[in-house]
Amino acid sequence: MAINIKESEEIVEDVLNIYPEKPRKNRQEHIGVNKKDACGSCVAKSNLKSLPGVMTPRGCAYAGSKGVVWGPVKDVINISHGPIGCGHYSWGTRRNLANGVPGVENFMPFQFTTDFRERDIVFGGDKKLEQAIHELKGLFPTTKGFVVESECPIGLIGDDIEAVAKKTSADLNTTVIPVRCEGFRGVSQSLGHHIANDSIRDYVVGTGKLDDSQKTKYDVAILGDYNIGGDVWASMKVITEMGLNVIAHWSGDGSIEEMRITHEVNYILLHCYRSMNYISNYYNEKYGIPWIEYNFFGPTKIKESIRKIAALFDEHIQEQSEKVIEKYEPKMQAVIDKYRPRLEGKKVMILVGGLRPRHIVGAYEDLGMQVVTAAYEFAHSDDYERTTKELEDGAIVADDLNEHEFIELAHRLKPDLVASGIKEKYVFQKMGIPFRQMHSWDYSGPYHGYDGFEIFAKDMDLAINSPSWKFVKPSWKK
Amino acid sequence: MAKMTKEEVRQTKDWMKTEEYKELNFKRKSIVINPERACQPLGAVLCSAGFEGTMPFVHGSHGCVAYYRNNLSRHFREPIAAVSTSLTEDGAVFGGQANGFEGFKNCLNLYKPKMFAISTTCMTEVIGDDLGAIVNNARAKGFLPEDVPAPYANTPSFVGSHIDGYDNMLAAIIDTLGVKGESVSDVINIIPGFDTTTGNINEIKRLLTIMKVPYLVIADYSNTLDSPLNGEYKLYNEGATTLEDTKNCVNNKATIALQKFSTKKTIALLADKFKQEAKAVKSPVGIKFTDEFLMAVSEITGKEIPKEIEDERGRAVDSMTDAQQYIHGKKFAIFGDPDILTGLTSYLLEMGGIPKYVLCSNGNEEFKNDVEALLKEYGCDEGEVYIDKDLWHLHSLVMTGPVDMLIGPSHGKFVAREAGVPHIRLGYPIFDRVNIHRYPFYAYSGVINLTTWIVNKFIEIVDDTSDDAHFELLR
Repeated sequence: MAINIKESEEIVEDVLNIYPEKPRKNRQEHIGVNKKDACGSCVAKSNLKSLPGVMTPRGCAYAGSKGVVWGPVKDVINISHGPIGCGHYSWGTRRNLANGVPGVENFMPFQFTTDFRERDIVFGGDKKLEQAIHELKGLFPTTKGFVVESECPIGLIGDDIEAVAKKTSADLNTTVIPVRCEGFRGVSQSLGHHIANDSIRDYVVGTGKLDDSQKTKYDVAILGDYNIGGDVWASMKVITEMGLNVIAHWSGDGSIEEMRITHEVNYILLHCYRSMNYISNYYNEKYGIPWIEYNFFGPTKIKESIRKIAALFDEHIQEQSEKVIEKYEPKMQAVIDKYRPRLEGKKVMILVGGLRPRHIVGAYEDLGMQVVTAAYEFAHSDDYERTTKELEDGAIVADDLNEHEFIELAHRLKPDLVASGIKEKYVFQKMGIPFRQMHSWDYSGPYHGYDGFEIFAKDMDLAINSPSWKFVKPSWKK
Repeated sequence: MAKMTKEEVRQTKDWMKTEEYKELNFKRKSIVINPERACQPLGAVLCSAGFEGTMPFVHGSHGCVAYYRNNLSRHFREPIAAVSTSLTEDGAVFGGQANGFEGFKNCLNLYKPKMFAISTTCMTEVIGDDLGAIVNNARAKGFLPEDVPAPYANTPSFVGSHIDGYDNMLAAIIDTLGVKGESVSDVINIIPGFDTTTGNINEIKRLLTIMKVPYLVIADYSNTLDSPLNGEYKLYNEGATTLEDTKNCVNNKATIALQKFSTKKTIALLADKFKQEAKAVKSPVGIKFTDEFLMAVSEITGKEIPKEIEDERGRAVDSMTDAQQYIHGKKFAIFGDPDILTGLTSYLLEMGGIPKYVLCSNGNEEFKNDVEALLKEYGCDEGEVYIDKDLWHLHSLVMTGPVDMLIGPSHGKFVAREAGVPHIRLGYPIFDRVNIHRYPFYAYSGVINLTTWIVNKFIEIVDDTSDDAHFELLR
């Protein structure tokens, strides 16, 4: 059933009524009702400061740099530089799966921190950092480098981590990359992505070489896939079957070794535009490598993406690609036949980071479900430009949707499923609304690629149709 | 750089298990690897969740608050409410007062808290924001009504750990709310400390009810962080310590804290400022410390320990003697917060187990002395106590001197896997098992639970690894 635009507008109006004039004026610019032909930023303003004192879903620049972009690079040691907390909270909590022997080829299961104490705040931490890198090199000689992620105090006490990086990298003949991702910078994780991209530009891009004999005309790099629950492996399976040669993938199951040779590829395939468009643009500017966005959620979008990618290449790849589609379509139809009758017409509200609220719409639609709200934590106007086209008219689009607004919208929209993060999960489950975490795939996954869609469909079904929801009201009160 | 061969990888891995590596590992001074320690504001947020209608209000960037909420939600599998002042670069330059004012206003409008529990982050500590001034100015300018208390605590992340943040916040709340009256009530205060096992708090309440002791749990999140699913989300759940009770708690007969290291400041405040009989007991893990706790309650209240509890004790001892053969002589590596570790050490020794490594990332000399005294009491000369060490140190320890089991929070799973030994989850955080925090490891029920978990795990391993001939019905 089509969404009633007027009704949606009234709902938004109603939810905003709780605010006094000033915050109301602020928030109404961030929440709008979708029209496919409307400009994105006309529907929702973005990348602006959050209101103090409200439960914003947002994180910080450190979370964007360490947690998202650099964290999954498995063969370097990420040092959380500063006090104990940030490194602790971002330790193993994003499900970036990685192959490789822990401690030798893969440092993902570790949490390295300089653990600032009062004396470091007072006297500065540069010496400690230098010493830390030396000690780590001794303990983990196989590491391919170090990434130093600054926490809030570093930028406030005037430490010179760039100088330390320069010195230690010379002394130890290794790569040391300073990242100025103090949590107070910017308004969300998003600036952290940008800062991390810039550090990749300054310290990594072009530093390796792929032997000419190893090069093919089908060499590509996958960027912006973080291998949550194995996403990148599921995606690579499809891309490899198309006949393409994945030379590098970041940062999920990624390595600095691959990052160094990425400039040798012919095309960059970009999944998470929000977090890696910066570096993709740089490759394009500096090396003339074209990049193309693709979407591997759900068979409709996967098919579109396969054809879009194949069109960049020759007939051989195009033929192969059609064979891939042919091979998987019946399997996908079987998945749809199994789950669609159980999910048809179910309404979904989404609040995730900067990509999925638009990217995953097609996967829900493949299952006959309807996205009635797509909200972002930290998207920019270019994300909203891409969003309006993906959503039905009348769906609510929201930026930096806070917990109060989210709950109030849910009261009015009565979704069958809420798809968001751990902070939101139990709020909605207490309300008796089925929920899936869409940052971590709720400890399931992958959701990317053909393999992923089957798991996605199963998970949405088990969330919505679990018999356990029938017991929310006591039998004697029904 | 050439790719390592499989042989080179294996050699490096093997080297990491050597004495030589251990020596190198223990020499490091400037890098911490896999510490079981979080920062102060997390403890402040947890403590605040134990008070009626209270909003944890963290002065700093919202990234910090997102981390505390995530972390606590993953453990409890419950919603965690907290707000920040969402400071950014300009806050770093001009201070965070303006955001504080706006934060109070927005938060009051949306979430209508009865109390703000204000804590700080490293950012606001470094820029030197004065919380007292911000609160006073907010009141003077009308951003903060007089009837909404706003206790505040400095909780810098570069000092202490989450247990200190809990303590600092709790002391601030009691100091702000407490009003010393003329008379003293019969009620005794119970302070759980940084204990994320809601089952423990419920167990203590149950025992006090059986003893007919009137009690008040201060910072009681046993209901707020274990709330029923009934189709309604409540921002402030029922069952937290009321503000009225907190105001009067300083006039109660006495205070017993169930943890010592996470309540130092609070106990000192109650004893020194409010002249209350206030003390911490050893966390009631195992028979001996549970006996001591009950005797302390009995002594303070004059109530006898009833037969019902004595019978419970007997059942716990029965469960121990039934199962002690499976633990006797087994070696354990245990890690986590200091109070839990002290109790756990005592329990393991009671069972004839060997707490070979007791490793605490946030323990001090006093803790070390406490545990060493216990080891000595039982004549256990194999036990080693490590403070200010992390789980990579633990890795070296168990690789060079093996143990049979690890007990501690989820982060230990990587060491357990390397060592090929089982890992029982206990303490904070537990991210990879369900419902553990609902089961007490305190008191006599806790003895039965611990024994069940540990012994059945050992028996399961025997079953899983035995050949057909030894795959027996009887264990």
